[in-house]
This record gives sequence, structure tokens and C-alpha cells, in this order.
Amino acid sequence: MKTKGETLLAQADRKLLSGREYRGASRIDGPLVYMRNTHPVGFGELVEVTAPDGSRRSGQVLDTSDEAVVVQVFEGTDNLSLPGTGMRFMGEPLTLPVSDQMLGRVMNGLGKSRDGSGSVHGFAERDVNGEPINPTAREYPRDFIQTGISVIDGMTTLIQGQKLPIFSGNGLDHNQLAAQIARQAKVRGNAGDFCIVFAAMGVKYDVARFFIDSFEETGVIDNVALFLSLADDPSIERTITPKTALTLAEHLAFDRDKQVLVIMTDMTNYCESLREIGTMRGEIPSRKGYPGYLYSNLAEIYERSGKITGRAGSITQLPILSMPNDDISHPVPDLTGYITEGQIVFERGMQARGIYPPINCLPSLSRLMKDGIGEGMTRADHPHLANQLFASYSHVKDVQNLASVIGEEELTTLDQQYLEFGTFFEKKFVSQRFDEDRSIEQTLDLGWEALSKLPSEELQRLSDEEIAEHYGK
Amino acid sequence: MKKRIIGRVKRVNGPVLIVKDIKDAMMMEMVRVGEQQLVGEVVKLYDGLATVQVYEDATGICPGDNVYGSGMSLSVELGPGLIGTIYDGIQRPLERLMEASGAFISRGLSFDAIDHTKSWEFTPQVKVGDKVHAGMVLGTVEETSRIQHRILVPPHMETGTVAEIAPVGAYTVENEIATIALDNGKQEKLTMMQKWPIRLPRPVDSRLPLKQPLVTGLRVIDSLFPLAKGGTVAIPGGFGTGKTMTQHSIAQWCDADIIVYIGCGERGNEMTDVLREFPQLVDPRTGQSLMERTVLIANTSNMPVSAREASIYTGITMAEYYRDQGYHVAIMADSTSRWAEALRELSGRMEEMPAEEGFPAYLPTRIAQFYERAGYMKALGGSEGSVSIIGAVSPPGGDFSEPVTQHTKRFVRCFWGLDRQLASSRHYPAISWLDSYSEYLGDVQQWWNDHSDGLWHKHRQEIMDLLQREVRLQQIVKLVGPDALPDTQNFILEVCNLFKTAFLQQNAFDEIDRFCPVQKQVKMLSVILAYYEKGLEAINKGVPMVKIRRLRAVQEMARMRLSVQNDDLEAIDKIQLRLERSIDQIGGVYEN
Ligand SMILES: Nc1ncnc2c1ncn2[C@@H]1O[C@H](COP(=O)(O)OP(=O)(O)OP(=O)(O)O)[C@@H](O)[C@H]1O
Ligand SMILES: [Mg+2]
Repeated sequence: MKTKGETLLAQADRKLLSGREYRGASRIDGPLVYMRNTHPVGFGELVEVTAPDGSRRSGQVLDTSDEAVVVQVFEGTDNLSLPGTGMRFMGEPLTLPVSDQMLGRVMNGLGKSRDGSGSVHGFAERDVNGEPINPTAREYPRDFIQTGISVIDGMTTLIQGQKLPIFSGNGLDHNQLAAQIARQAKVRGNAGDFCIVFAAMGVKYDVARFFIDSFEETGVIDNVALFLSLADDPSIERTITPKTALTLAEHLAFDRDKQVLVIMTDMTNYCESLREIGTMRGEIPSRKGYPGYLYSNLAEIYERSGKITGRAGSITQLPILSMPNDDISHPVPDLTGYITEGQIVFERGMQARGIYPPINCLPSLSRLMKDGIGEGMTRADHPHLANQLFASYSHVKDVQNLASVIGEEELTTLDQQYLEFGTFFEKKFVSQRFDEDRSIEQTLDLGWEALSKLPSEELQRLSDEEIAEHYGK
Repeated sequence: MKKRIIGRVKRVNGPVLIVKDIKDAMMMEMVRVGEQQLVGEVVKLYDGLATVQVYEDATGICPGDNVYGSGMSLSVELGPGLIGTIYDGIQRPLERLMEASGAFISRGLSFDAIDHTKSWEFTPQVKVGDKVHAGMVLGTVEETSRIQHRILVPPHMETGTVAEIAPVGAYTVENEIATIALDNGKQEKLTMMQKWPIRLPRPVDSRLPLKQPLVTGLRVIDSLFPLAKGGTVAIPGGFGTGKTMTQHSIAQWCDADIIVYIGCGERGNEMTDVLREFPQLVDPRTGQSLMERTVLIANTSNMPVSAREASIYTGITMAEYYRDQGYHVAIMADSTSRWAEALRELSGRMEEMPAEEGFPAYLPTRIAQFYERAGYMKALGGSEGSVSIIGAVSPPGGDFSEPVTQHTKRFVRCFWGLDRQLASSRHYPAISWLDSYSEYLGDVQQWWNDHSDGLWHKHRQEIMDLLQREVRLQQIVKLVGPDALPDTQNFILEVCNLFKTAFLQQNAFDEIDRFCPVQKQVKMLSVILAYYEKGLEAINKGVPMVKIRRLRAVQEMARMRLSVQNDDLEAIDKIQLRLERSIDQIGGVYEN
């Protein structure tokens, strides 16, 4: 075995070698550059790539062997030439210098300034890949976040430290909803030190602009760090953007005690970029051409949320993803749903019927809701009330199907009452204005108002006492 | 310490390394890689090269780094101190990792799986001169207030005679507690700890037939699709349909002696939830904390993928160890699909030829090997114990025709299919009564009939028949509406509806309802069937159905799972009495 001294020597050697610049790539393929005859390079090392015009880019080692090193270049390989490409291997993984001064700034996917107000200063260097949180160190999230949106607060309650994605589709109002949540979200009784980390992957400039305007209007912009890797930026940069954003989020939450809300849009673009690299490397694909490790890869992003025992901060994730073809079984929403703690599902038909937010609560779910609602947190009747609304609304769907076959007039009186309940639920409870901020009490009272369209014997999920207290009031 | 270098790294592709200059490396040997000392395992040997799978993030490993051999296969430590502990996929204690590296898991750390310094009170069960053979009990240790840990002669030891045995007293797992003079003339010194390679099933004397159910406290399972002790079951379902909740419930309330819970590639918070909740929950049978019988393995989705592959074997090896002591062990694996995906990922990086959907061709063999480790066994020492496996399956898109679900179905004998439709209408547990099956019905029939005055089999059949008839009637209703059916048939829909809300549904968050004892299940099913019988009689006499379903007693029946205390069986008898009386009453009106 090597002595401690030898080990240190080997490390020192590597440090020395890490400065060395190599010129001349052996192959360039999409975002990947192959380099031969280098010193032994570590897996995952950060690479500084010099283009023929002298400009610098960053990359990361994807595969390393005696024969060649494969480097993925985050800014893309446009304008690189085989002989003109230079590389320096930095001897350490890709890091991000972090500090709370990054709040209020606009950066690219790698954390470099893109707002023209000078370079971004960070103090501590953090590996952007992060490390897994030890499950024994986690604190189970249980603090209710009031978003002011009835269908979320009442039916799929958001909890501080939760990862709750929005499953949407092209042209649906997910950006409005995310902005509304960012504006209205509060933990009652305990304001905390709140901030937002926003990551955009492959979305158009308008989308980024919409969010920036909305943050400016509400005056929170100084508390927002934006990482933008837009549609016209190199697609490969998107694969690092969420990791950069979460590296800052971890610093803010766990070193600076802040309550961080991370909004990431659009995760489908992120996955497509991964697919691109996988295909380029000739990997064996799994479903729809996505790489077999997509689940693990997404988990490395989504699991970077939550709370840690003994620390005051939290990371709440609100990823937005568009379901290609509105298909919830597409690999991106599917794998996401298997990792996140629930999902908020948009329905095109509801938006067409003029319902905002167009959330169908039946396929939607908040897994952390159970510990964050009820007496002392929201209101004692909340758990049973939510159960009852789910059960009754799901019956409405059956009745609607039946009505479309036999006609509404043929329905029993009871079933007609269900239809009436369904209409009230969608138009009055779910539906609200973009600038409407409802308290949880208002939300629950509205829920009861909806249920009073039904006879009380139908309310089997509620106790007699609850019915006596709230029904028909 | 002199370390054996088995070779040097040639290529790094994520968690898969090619190692060159290989001379004496062994297949499945555990290795350490580079100066970071990352844990790995040799999975292939060829042409002076080895393929090594590393169990930690491979960042920073360079071609040329040394690979050190350990001389043994990836093994687990077995001995007192396992229970109540939470491990990662290669049996590193997570609490110790946290002490060493804080809230985030750093790489290259290694710790003893069980505490080598802790003393345990040992009581010998043999004396000098006794003949002993593999599997026999040398002595006992109170591991927790409910588990007596039996120190066994290791499986591969030859027979011999006890030469020395430690007296009652406190010992660590490293102290020698016995010396055996083997029949072949050699001597063997034994401690309270054994090591066992995780990929090798522990040997047993023989397999025994299955006859007892694993009582889970979940009505839809126990009453309709029972699992036998020593049996295997798969729970497939799309995301959010209730796999984890079902497994948590079973881990909490089933009548096994020991629970091994493997979080294999799932969420960190779910493991935190178990850690937080189990110590506070009290076992309804023994009155003791549930953590006193539980071993946890957490290799969450963001932890290294090769350790995820190993976690399943780490768990089942511990389960077998307690089985050999004569215990009934239930092991939950959430989710076996993540394990299969780990296999796929590693196989892909090794550039093996894929079979279906990128999975390696040996996927079915591996699945079969895993489930074969379940069973009701006679141990080498003569005692009887069992390992039951409850494996969650997460099919992509919730589509059961994918390879992992399909192959798993070939090797398990019980199937609890979760239904997305039921889950979204909040019918929990969302176990479909149409897709699910149990091949253990015959095995456990005797036991169940003994516990239900001989009624179980008959009642189960009756209700299953009604549910089948309901499907056909529903099809008609969908076409022409319910009014087209006569009341006798509408009443079947009504009873099935009631059965679903009053019996099949079970709320895991309700103080009373989350666990339902066998006797309560029997009574509940009886009263619902009595309702059908009596109600039908009345309808045949001309009583309109609406009159029956509005009865107060029917409302009571609908709520009995929540309102009747689990030990208050008379309350259900009373409901039945009131029900029969009130149906007779209205029946009487129409008779005249
Ligand atoms: N028996 C039950 N009682 C009450 N709620 C339940 C029950 N089973 C499931 N649920 C609800 O369904 C949610 C999802 O269940 P669960 O986490 O077990 O799903 P899963 O199948 O494990 O999903 P995934 O594959 O994504 O891990 C729970 O958070 C809970 O709200
Ligand atoms: Mg689960």
C-alpha cells in the first residue's frame, strides 16, 4: 500500500499536470470532444476548452481511459476544429462559486453573469453534482404552505420542502400558475427568510421575460436568482442548468437558513438534451430513445430538496414539465411522478372551458399533505373534507359519462345533484382569478358550499359532527 | 498492513471500470479503488482484464489508479445489533456515516456494520462435551425487548464437540464465545458474529409446505388475496397508486417476527418517515415499539446505482439469517423495478447485448433467483422459520405488459395489482379485485377456516361471485342506465358498492382503520353478506330497494371500519341484529 506521503505526492502530481494544456482533438461529435494522449484524467473532471478564436468554454469528462478522454462541452462545439481545440483538465469536478449575492442576478446555465452587471461573485466553491442527503439526516417536511389557490391548498396541499411538479402541456397556463404560487406562497405564522431560485431550460425568452416581469411587479426580484439557458442557447448547457441552480439553492437553504422555492422549467427540454448526448454516444436506449439512467439522473435533481434536521432552511421544488402530446405516460412525466412527492396535473379540456387554473384534482396528488393538514395546521375538518370532495368529484365523472349516453334528463335526481355539485366545484372552487389569493378558511368553506349541493347521507367520508358543524352553513 | 493490488484502472465509464494487469483477482471479489478507497466488486474476468462495479460515485477515478483486493466476496456482517439499524445498500450504517460526514454522504467511508465494541449479555445453551453441527444454537442474546438473538454455529462448519463455551456474561461480537473440536481434528473458535456473501443463499435443511397466512391487517389482502408465510407476492402499480403505503402498512401490522424493509432506489423522505414513525408505533400483538423488530436498508434513488443493485441481496441475506434462528421474516423491497433498472444501467455500461427494452438477457434469471430465496424452511439447526417476499414493481407508464412485471409474475404466486382508476378516485388500498390473485388460497384455507368457524372459504367465494356479477351489470348500466335493471340486480350493485367502501377501502391514516384484526374481518364480511341475503329476500317480497339502502343500520355498516373499535366485535353483531330486524320490519309491511 502506498504511504500517506506517496498519496500526497500522487495528488500533487495530478495538481501539476492539471494545469497543462493539450491541443488537437481526435474527434468532435455533437457536444462531445475526444482527446488522445493526455495524462491520466479523472472521471467527471472539469475541463477548460479553448476554441480556435481563443474563447473559453467549460466541459466535463464523461468517459476516461488509457486511450482517450471523452469531454462534453456545455457551451456546445460550434466553431471548434480538430487541430484548433485546446483543453486543460482541472483536476477537480465542475464547481460553482456560491454566495447570497447571487440573488438578484441573471446568470447562464453555468452560473456566469448574463445581465451585464459584471461577474458574479461567489465565496464557497461547491461541486455542482452535489452529494446525496443522508436519509437519517432529513427532517420530514410538514409545514403547510398556503398558496392561496383553492384546488392546491384544499386538495393537493403544498408542504415546505416538498418536490411537487406541474404536469402541463404546450399552451397551458403553467407559467401563470407558477408565478402566482411564487407571489402568494406563505407559511402562516412564520414568515421565514424567503427566496426564489429560477432555472430555465430551453424555454423561449418570452417565458423568462414573463417571470422576470412578474417578480419585478411584486418587488421580489432582488430575492430571485435566475439561471437562464434559453431556447437559442446550446442544448447541452441545459443538462447542467438545474444542477447549478440547485447547488445555489442548497447553499441558501442549508448554509444561509433561507426558505428556497426552486422553479425549474421545462424539465422535458432537459431530458431531451440528455437523450441527445446518449444517442451521440451510441448508448442503448430504453423507452422512446431516452437513456436507461434517466430515472437516476432525474432523481439526482429532484432529491435535492427537503429539510435537514437542525437547520432552519428548506428547498421546495416546483418543476414544470410539458407532457408531449398531453400523454402522462410519456417517460418524462412518468419517471418524474415516480420520484416526486406528488404532481399537479393540468387538463386541456378544463382550460378550454375557461377554468383557471386548469387543474384536474383526480390525477393530481400531494403525498406530503397527510402530515401538514388538519387540526393545528389548517383546520380540523380538512382531511375528511378533502377525502369527501375527491370521492364525490370522482363520482361526478362517472355520472357525466352516463349522462353522455342516456342523456341528462334520464338521470336520477341524485345523479343530477351530483352534476350540480360538479359544476359548482369546477366553476367556483377550482376556478379563480390570477390575482386572487384565498385563505385556507375561504377554501375550505367553499368546499363545504359545494358539498351542500348533495344530500348529507351521501357524505360518508365525513363524521356526523363535521356535518353538523359545517354542512349547509 | 500489506494490501494486495489486483490491477490498475484502464477505463472509467460511470460506475463501471475496466481494470488491467489482472493476475489473481477472483470473481465477485470485493475491491477498493484508488486512493479514495471506493468500494467495488469484480463482476467479470477476461483476457487479463476485469470489469469492476463501484458502489460509490466514481468521480475523480483516473486510469492508472490502483485497485486493491480484499480476498473475499461482498459480504454482510451478521450478529446482534442489526435490528433497529438503518443501512445503505452495502450495509454501511447510515447513522455512523452521518457522524463522520454530516448531512450529506461523502465517499470512501467505511464502518463496521454492527458495533464491534458494544457488549451483549450472552447466555449459553450448550455445555462442554455437547455434540454440535451447523445451524445449532450455541447461546442467546436479548437483542431487543422482543427479539431473542440466537447465536448459531455457522452454516459451513463441520460437526464437532464443544471444547469451551463462555459462561453467562457480557461479550462483544469480537469476543470468542466457543471453541469447537471438529471431528476432523481441527479446532474452530467462534464469536457472536458471522460473515456471509450476499449473493449466495444461506443453506437450509429442507423446504416445508406453506400453511399459515402472513396476516397483514389489510382486509383486501387477508380476506381476498392472502399471502402465505414463506410466500412471494408482487405489487405492481403506476406512480402514486399506493405501493409504498401498502408496504409500510404491512411492515407495520403484519404478524411476522422480523421485518426487513428495503428502500431500493426510492425517496429519501419515505425512509425518514419510517425512521420517524416506526419507533413510535406500537405493535398491537406485543405492545412493543415496531422498531424493535425492524431492519432498514435505504439506498435512495439519488444514491449510487450499483449499491442499489446490491441492496436487495444485502436485505435478503439478513432475512435468511433470522429465519435460520427460527423466526418468520417478511421482507419488503420497494421497488424491484429500480433494482432491475440498476442491472440494466450496469449492463449497458458493460456494453452487453440487451434483450427486451434494454434489459439484459439474464434479467428473468436474476428475478427468479431472488424470489427463490423465500420459503418456509426447516433450518440446519432444526427449527422452522420463513422468509416472505413482498416486492413492489413500478411499471413504466403503469403498463403491466413490460418486462419486469411480466417476468416477476412468472416467479411469484400472489399478485396484488394496483389500479390507477381506483387510486385517482381515492379508493385505497387501490388493489384491484379483478386483476389480483393468490395461489395460496388452498394452502391457507385450513388456517382461515379454523379462525372463522369454517366460514372464510364460503364467504370469500360468495363475495367474489357478487363482484364478478357486478362487472357484467355495470356494462349494462353504462349502456342503458340503472333504471333498466330490476331491483334484484340493482341490489347487487348496491351491495358491491357498500362492500367497496365499507370493507375493501382502508384508510392507512386512521387510528382504528389502519389495521384490521382477523376476527373483525370475518364479522364485517358476514354482516355484509347477511345484508345481501336479507335485502334480497325483502326485495323479492316487493320492498323497493331505496327503502333498504336508507336504513340507519346500513349507514352504520358503511362506517363500521372507522367507528367500531378493533376489539369490540359485539358492536358488529349488534349492527347485524339491528339490520336484520329493520329489514324484517319493512318486509313485514309489504307481506300484508
Ligand atoms: N391505504 C391508504 N390510505 C390512505 N392513503 C393512501 C393509501 N394508499 C395510498 N394512499 C395515498 O396515495 C399516495 C401515494 O401512495 P404511495 O406513495 O404508496 O404510492 P407508490 O405506488 O409507492 O408511488 P411511487 O411508485 O411513485 O413510489 C400516498 O401519499 C397517500 O396519499
Ligand atoms: Mg413508492
